[in-house]
Amino acid sequence: MADIQGILDNKEFMAGIMENLMLVRKFEEQVYALYEQGKLHGTTHLGVGEEATGVGSCFALKPQDCVLTSHRGHGQTLAKGADPKDMMAEILGKEAGTNRGRGGSLHIASPGNHVFGTGGIIGASCPVACGMALAFKMCEERDRVAAVFFGDGATSEGAVHEAFNLAAVWQLPVLFICTNNGYAMSTPLRKAVNDMDLTKRAIPFGIRSYEVDGNDVLSVYATVSEARQYVVSRQRPAFIVEHTYRTSGHSKSDVNRYRTREEIAEWYEKNPVSRFSKVLLANGFSQEEIDGIDAKSTGLIAEAVAYAETCPYPAATTEELNAEAYAK
Amino acid sequence: MSGGEVTMRVITYAEAIREAMSQEMRRDEKVFLMGEDIGVYGGAFGVSQGMVREFGSARVRETPISETAFVGAAVGAAVIGMRPIAELMFSDFMSVCWDQIMNQAAKAHFMHGGAVQVPMVIRAASGGGTGAAAEHSQSLENLFCHIPGLKVVIPSTPFDAKGLLVSAIRDNNPVIFLEQKKLYKTTGIVPEKEYVIPLGMADVKRDGKDVSLITYGRMVQMCAEAADKLDAEGISCEIVDLRTLAPLDIGTILSSVKKTRRCVVVQEAPLFSGFGAEIAAQIADSEAFFYLDAPIKRVGGSDSPVPFSAPLEQAAFPTPARIEAQIRATL
Repeated sequence: MADIQGILDNKEFMAGIMENLMLVRKFEEQVYALYEQGKLHGTTHLGVGEEATGVGSCFALKPQDCVLTSHRGHGQTLAKGADPKDMMAEILGKEAGTNRGRGGSLHIASPGNHVFGTGGIIGASCPVACGMALAFKMCEERDRVAAVFFGDGATSEGAVHEAFNLAAVWQLPVLFICTNNGYAMSTPLRKAVNDMDLTKRAIPFGIRSYEVDGNDVLSVYATVSEARQYVVSRQRPAFIVEHTYRTSGHSKSDVNRYRTREEIAEWYEKNPVSRFSKVLLANGFSQEEIDGIDAKSTGLIAEAVAYAETCPYPAATTEELNAEAYAK
Repeated sequence: MSGGEVTMRVITYAEAIREAMSQEMRRDEKVFLMGEDIGVYGGAFGVSQGMVREFGSARVRETPISETAFVGAAVGAAVIGMRPIAELMFSDFMSVCWDQIMNQAAKAHFMHGGAVQVPMVIRAASGGGTGAAAEHSQSLENLFCHIPGLKVVIPSTPFDAKGLLVSAIRDNNPVIFLEQKKLYKTTGIVPEKEYVIPLGMADVKRDGKDVSLITYGRMVQMCAEAADKLDAEGISCEIVDLRTLAPLDIGTILSSVKKTRRCVVVQEAPLFSGFGAEIAAQIADSEAFFYLDAPIKRVGGSDSPVPFSAPLEQAAFPTPARIEAQIRATL
């Protein structure tokens, strides 16, 4: 088990976690604001309420680890080290964006930080993660894992089950991370699966599974750290279910017909950012210090938007786009 | 190639493919093969026979019956810098891993703004004529051609198969490499030494002056039979073997058509909405159109699922006689 007291005493680390949680929250709120202002081309899937899953998980990874994001991947990408400026430029469709304006919110990535954007199909990154882990194995990179994020809805996809099987039979260092926010778009988990205990999905494949309160960032960090240690030392996959809740809508089109205001309000009370600020206060941080972190992250996001808005849009003729379809 | 040092032998199409893979695997340790029953069994068509003995089971990697998993794994390994070759027993099986091909493999490079490359090959047995019925006999090349980001290769001879596969393995894009099943046992002269045939280059398999036959894969043979027959009557056919459908060497097609002024496009796949329509359209949309002395004719497979029974299957595919009839229609 991770040394929780050691973590609580590590002020710099605790501040880093808080800064990332706030950065992710403010990033999502800012993207929503841009959408409200009509500045967002296309749609976006925000993860307000799920900040601890991306931050806690990615803090437990090493720089060389690969992350394959879910469709709600802004937080995962930020926490793995992407620059919010580059990400905001991508969201606004600019050439300076992480994907040069070719991907947008859904496919946002940061290859320099080994973050690969999700494709358009839920769960489809799981087989791809197996291939990355296979490459690590074949190249004898023993301290490197592929961490793939997906939601509870994806656990019904065949690709996920095939990937579980392949990772298990080939003993691949894959961290399968399911952020269970209770809804696949509007479909509650109970309507999608017969047994709501998603950890059981790993049993037939002989994959070790973990379960954690996904709104408790330190527990997420500790659990993923432990799972990562298991994966690299045993060279086997692991499955982690992180229970959380998305207080933001699924995407731009969501008017929350499938859940009550009360339910959202109740979960907002349990949101990981407020919750972690209480942990900080109980462990030697002052309110001023927390306000300072808040102000810093607010500043970083404001800077990111200001930068992204001044960046030029990409330009390309049809012929140039045609040429881009292939790598040289 | 300098004449004297080159060993030439007659080998089969399947052996040429195996030789290309083996030579590339010896040259580059990043190259490896994945697929169902490719180890001691040697693959459903025997293409990888003996390879596991030389390269071991880590690099001749047998997979569960799980096309989505291992084709997806090829994508992931390629993104990390490996050069996987995934063997699909039948190209028809692409239906179960189509998302990995169409979305993950084909789009990763573009969608990451060029920062990611997917250097992988999917080899698959394609086409009909073997009595395998509708779901093991399809010619699906046009599906792949319609997905930007994929390259599509269909060799017609052992020589081309080897050189094109070497290029496909070294290419930094996902390449769909389709092997016509009836060609596996065909033979031809192939240099032992490694060589490359660049992707995107058609080959004029036979020079002619009266009509251009634009074709690929098994239909190159059919066209040659038709051309032999017409040759006796003094009708001279030029055969352009596309070899790579995407990217397409339209230049060679147009030059040939401008020279012969007549054109028949021949494909094994169902005629409707097939690759031949693209060729006809590109000719019609170019200055070569003004050179034409007759409408462009197309020959293709039946617009039905491929039937099982031998006489029915024969009726479903182009034959030298049907090709000949369309050639005559242009004269």
